Amino acid sequence: MNIADKKRLLREMLYARRFEERCYEAYVERKIGGFLHLYPGQEACCFGVMEAARPGHDYVITGYRDHVHAIKCGADPKEVMAELYGKETGSSKGRGGSMHIFDVKHRFMGGYALVGGPFPLAAGIAKGIKLKGGDEIAICFLGDAANNQGTFHESLNMAAVWKLPVLYICENNLYGIGTRIDRSTAETDQHKRVSGYDIPSACADGQDLDAVFKAAKKAVDHVRSGKGPYFLELKTYRYRGHSMSDSNAYRSKDEEKEWGDRDPINHVRDEIINAGKLTMEEYKAMDKEIIDQIENEVIKFAEESPEPVVADLEKYVLAENDPWVQGGAK
Amino acid sequence: MAELMYWEAIRRAHDEEMTNDPLVIAMGEDIGVAGGTYKATQGLYDKYGPERVIDTPISENGFTGLGIGASFIGVRPVIEIMSVNFAWLAMDQIFNSAAKVRYMSGGQLESPVVIRSPGGTAHQLGAQHSARMEKVFMGIAGLRVVTPSTPKQAYGLLKSAIRCNDPVFINEHELMYNMKGEVPDEEFFLPLEGSEVVRQGKDVTLFGYNISVHWCKQAADVLAKQGIDCEVIDLYSLSPLDREGIKTSVSKTHRAVIVEEAEAPVGVGSEVMAIINEECFFELDAAPVRVSAVNVPIPYNHTLEKAVIPTAKDVVDAVLKMFGKA
Ligand SMILES: Cc1ncc(C[n+]2csc(CCOP(=O)(O)OP(=O)(O)O)c2C)c(N)n1
Ligand SMILES: [Mg+2]
Repeated sequence: MNIADKKRLLREMLYARRFEERCYEAYVERKIGGFLHLYPGQEACCFGVMEAARPGHDYVITGYRDHVHAIKCGADPKEVMAELYGKETGSSKGRGGSMHIFDVKHRFMGGYALVGGPFPLAAGIAKGIKLKGGDEIAICFLGDAANNQGTFHESLNMAAVWKLPVLYICENNLYGIGTRIDRSTAETDQHKRVSGYDIPSACADGQDLDAVFKAAKKAVDHVRSGKGPYFLELKTYRYRGHSMSDSNAYRSKDEEKEWGDRDPINHVRDEIINAGKLTMEEYKAMDKEIIDQIENEVIKFAEESPEPVVADLEKYVLAENDPWVQGGAK
Repeated sequence: MAELMYWEAIRRAHDEEMTNDPLVIAMGEDIGVAGGTYKATQGLYDKYGPERVIDTPISENGFTGLGIGASFIGVRPVIEIMSVNFAWLAMDQIFNSAAKVRYMSGGQLESPVVIRSPGGTAHQLGAQHSARMEKVFMGIAGLRVVTPSTPKQAYGLLKSAIRCNDPVFINEHELMYNMKGEVPDEEFFLPLEGSEVVRQGKDVTLFGYNISVHWCKQAADVLAKQGIDCEVIDLYSLSPLDREGIKTSVSKTHRAVIVEEAEAPVGVGSEVMAIINEECFFELDAAPVRVSAVNVPIPYNHTLEKAVIPTAKDVVDAVLKMFGKA
């Protein structure tokens, strides 16, 4: 990855960080309801992987911590924020909420709230790609604790027997809500858990954009070349609680500091500064510009957008005027 | 017009739709090389190959979810769950993914998947192979539920279900795969919504679905000899239920008996009764009655098992009682 690419990604990652932090504030102000799971700390995972893939072309699916993945695929941040506000202009028209961002035109196939739910869905999308003969791949981002669901094992097995073009990314942030991985999971190195399925796997430092990119490049190439599934574990950390209702009392300050010192955004920033391609002043100006943009465009759009109307409550339950419901066009 | 068995009708619908659209696929346990537990996919593996006729591992939630995921990008999977009892394992994907994805994506995604599975109590299969689970599926918004009572319906409903853009659950019956019936030779599609008046009558409406339609017909024949003229309605669509059809018939006969193979609580019977209350309560000449299974896990013992499931005679008795003749 060259410096220009890193600089572009630095901006995108910082944008994602500020977007999420602004969500936090909006939640505290009660503009956003429900469960809200934020991404700060894990940015290099999504951006490093998607840099190696083709956003908007490859299919991406994930869990409930989904805002940033949607935006990286091409979703308009204004629509994502409007969705969090429950507005009609939201990406899911206010029917989904934080955990169910969808942007199908950019092939972001959704955020799903049931832990482990997307594993088979991703394999199915990969099966569809194979049947249709495209060069896309399906990428599934999920957490570490999700790997204790049956769907993990069922999906890896099917993806392997049928050689499906699916890339499983495990963002191992060491916790499933408040339960540390070694207390729930016999093998804490997640990439080792796939060896029983004859699927190649690797592990990379999820706080290092370059390392993620390199590992992901190999993974994406493998999957796109038709060799079947691949599993990539990224060791990472989320800064905030699991969701907004989480006290975060189960982690030590030392641990948090240790990971905070390895911040993925600061890491790239310092690299670019050391290469003489950015100054701290420029970085701060960029940060301010991002914060203003989020405020003046994204938040403004969400604030000013209309609510859905109750008369439309039963829209989107079933297909509208599907002729086959009546036995075909008469 | 050919006489086909129920399984042959299902097989024919698969075959035609797979020829018509290369994105129609079939998946399930033992459906390919082995030809299907009830032969519903016999011969398709040889004709369409392993990419489209897929023998799945025994991973109900996994392969159902896989089919649903494929349907997100336009594939039309017909998933066979070997026995409806095993569908419990796939409920997460059916309810949380297929049924909700259109809504929670604000109409961006849809899941045109068909899930077919035999339910019902067969012969001494025991508690874990005898469930009647239609009541579970029909309570879920975003999912269509149909249940064919004849080979003709098995064919025509599957054809429409495959083409429909909603997820459709087809509740079949273990005891009905070898049932014979006339199926027109030319291609046809049946509506996924509605009900069918299978016998006209004026004194009482017997509502049945799937196997219980046949008990209703037998009971109607017996009752006709005793001077009671029954109308029999086949509720082949369980979700949505045909409110209009229910109302029209009860407004004509002023009496209703609902016959279900399943236990009464939270079932088709209670739902139809509620609709009658809501739509035509003042048309009633007698309180509606349910004929349902006893609410127990299905026992293995032959005599006990028979005592659980209603019969045509139970329907006759219920009607006679309603008319004060028993
Ligand atoms: C089937 C299911 N069980 C439990 C939950 C509650 N829950 C939500 S997130 C979560 C932890 C998941 O952790 P992980 O997979 O590591 O992802 P992370 O949140 O760390 O990104 C749990 C238990 C759920 N949403 N779905
Ligand atoms: Mg985790």
